[in-house]
Amino acid sequence: MQTPAPFDYERAGSVDEALALLERHGPEARLVAGGHSLLPMMKLRLARPDVLIDINDLADLSYIRLDGSQIAIGAMTRHAELLDSSLLAEHYAVFRDAERVIADPIVRNRGTIGGSFCQGDPAEDLAAVGAALRADLVVRSAAATRTVPAREFHTGPYETAVGDAEILTEVRVPVRPGSGSAYEKVERRAGDWAIAAAGAFVTLEGDTVGDVGIGLTAVGAPHFCAPDAEEALRGRAATDESLAAAARIAADGCNPSADQRGPADYKRHLAQELTFRALRRSVARARGEGS
Amino acid sequence: MQVTMTVNGDEVTRDVEPRLLLVHFVRDHLGLTGTHWGCDTSNCGACVLWMDGEPVKSCTVLAAMAHGRTLRTVEDLDRGGELDPVQQGFMQCHGLQCGFCTPGMLMTARHLLDDVPDPSELQIREAISGQICRCTGYENIVHAVRWAAEHPGGSAGADADAMSESSPATAGQADSDQEVPA
Repeated sequence: MQTPAPFDYERAGSVDEALALLERHGPEARLVAGGHSLLPMMKLRLARPDVLIDINDLADLSYIRLDGSQIAIGAMTRHAELLDSSLLAEHYAVFRDAERVIADPIVRNRGTIGGSFCQGDPAEDLAAVGAALRADLVVRSAAATRTVPAREFHTGPYETAVGDAEILTEVRVPVRPGSGSAYEKVERRAGDWAIAAAGAFVTLEGDTVGDVGIGLTAVGAPHFCAPDAEEALRGRAATDESLAAAARIAADGCNPSADQRGPADYKRHLAQELTFRALRRSVARARGEGS
Repeated sequence: MQVTMTVNGDEVTRDVEPRLLLVHFVRDHLGLTGTHWGCDTSNCGACVLWMDGEPVKSCTVLAAMAHGRTLRTVEDLDRGGELDPVQQGFMQCHGLQCGFCTPGMLMTARHLLDDVPDPSELQIREAISGQICRCTGYENIVHAVRWAAEHPGGSAGADADAMSESSPATAGQADSDQEVPA
C-alpha cells in the first residue's frame, strides 16, 4: 500500500488565500490541483511537502475565453474541458490533438493545465504545446503579477520559474488568424507518457511559411522548443522538402535520454519524424485541408 | 482532521488523517467495499467512483479533498432495488469474469450513457481506456454497455433476445436459455 508521508492539509477559497497560505507555510508547502502527478510522487515519497494547499475550490480560475487578440485559459481548467472546448478547437487544433492522448478520460477529469505546466515533467505534453505556440504564463504573488514566456517557464526537470509564494493563474495564447496547428505523439500504450512527441503551428503567406512554432516532448529539447528549425523554415516554401529539412534540424537540437521507453537514437528518429508530421498537418490545416 | 461529505445520498462525517486516500476512506471507514483498490497508481481504474458527478480514480484523491463534495459509489447504482441497466448488461453479456474491475467499469459506463445515450463501440472503448480488465474481457464489456444503451429502462422479459442481438459470441447460450420455461 502506497501512503504519502504525513502532511498538514489546507484548503484555499481564493487566489489571495492560497498566496497567504503559501507565505505562512514557506517553501515546504505545495499547491495541489488535480493531484494526479503530485499525489503519486508523494506516495512514492519522491515528494514530501509539509503542507498541501488544495486549490480545487478556485473555480474562478477555470475558463477558456477570447480576450482581445489572445485566448486566456485559467490555470484550474481541467484537461477534459480543454479537450471539449470549441473555442480552442477553432483556433488551435494542437490542443485537441494533445489532450486526446494525455492520460485517459478519467484522469483528464481531474488534471489541470496549470498543474501540467507547474509539474514540469519532461514528458508532459502541454509544455511542448505552450512552447510551440509561444504562450505566456501569468504568475501572481501577493505583491505583483508577472508574465513568463512559456519558453522560459521551465528551468529544469520538475523545476519552473514559479517562486515559493507564487501561483500560476493563467495561460495566454496569441490568436493567429489562418494558422494551422497539430500534435503528434508516439506512446507505448493508450494513456502512457510520450516516448516522443512534437507540436507545431504554421501560418502561410500564399505557399510560403510566414510564422512557425515547434515544440518537442520528452526528447531533451532545451525549453521544449526548436528555434533553429523554426528560423530555417520561416520564409521558405511550405513543401515536404523544406518541412523535412526543418524536422532534421529540430531532431539535431534534441538530447534524448535512453530509458525504459527506448534508446536515444530511436527517440531522435521519432523527434524528426513527428516534427515533420506535425508541420505537414499544420500546413494542411492552415490551407483548410485535412482534419 | 474532520471531513464531511455526501456519500450515496447520506451525509457522513469522520476524523481522518490528511494523507488518507479516498479509496481507503470509502472502503475502510465507510465499509463501502464495492469500490475496489487496485494498482494504487491511477492506471487500472478499479477505484473509479463519482465525485460531484464526474468519475475519478479514488486512489489519487485525498479524502480531505472530498470534504464538502458529493460522492456516488457502485453501491448506489441500483434504482430502488432494480439493477441499473449497465449492471443488467454486464449480467446479460457476460461482462465480467473475476469481477475485480467491474465496479469501476460500471461507474464509467453509467456516466458515459448519461452523457451519450447511444455510444458507438469506439466511444465505449475510449471511455474505458483508463481501466484495465486483467481477464481481458473487453469485448464483452463493450457488448454489456451497448446492451445497456439499447435497454435504457432495463429489462424484465426481453433479455434473451437482446443478448443474441448484442453479443453474437454468446448467441448459442442465449438460445438455450430461451428453452428454459419462464
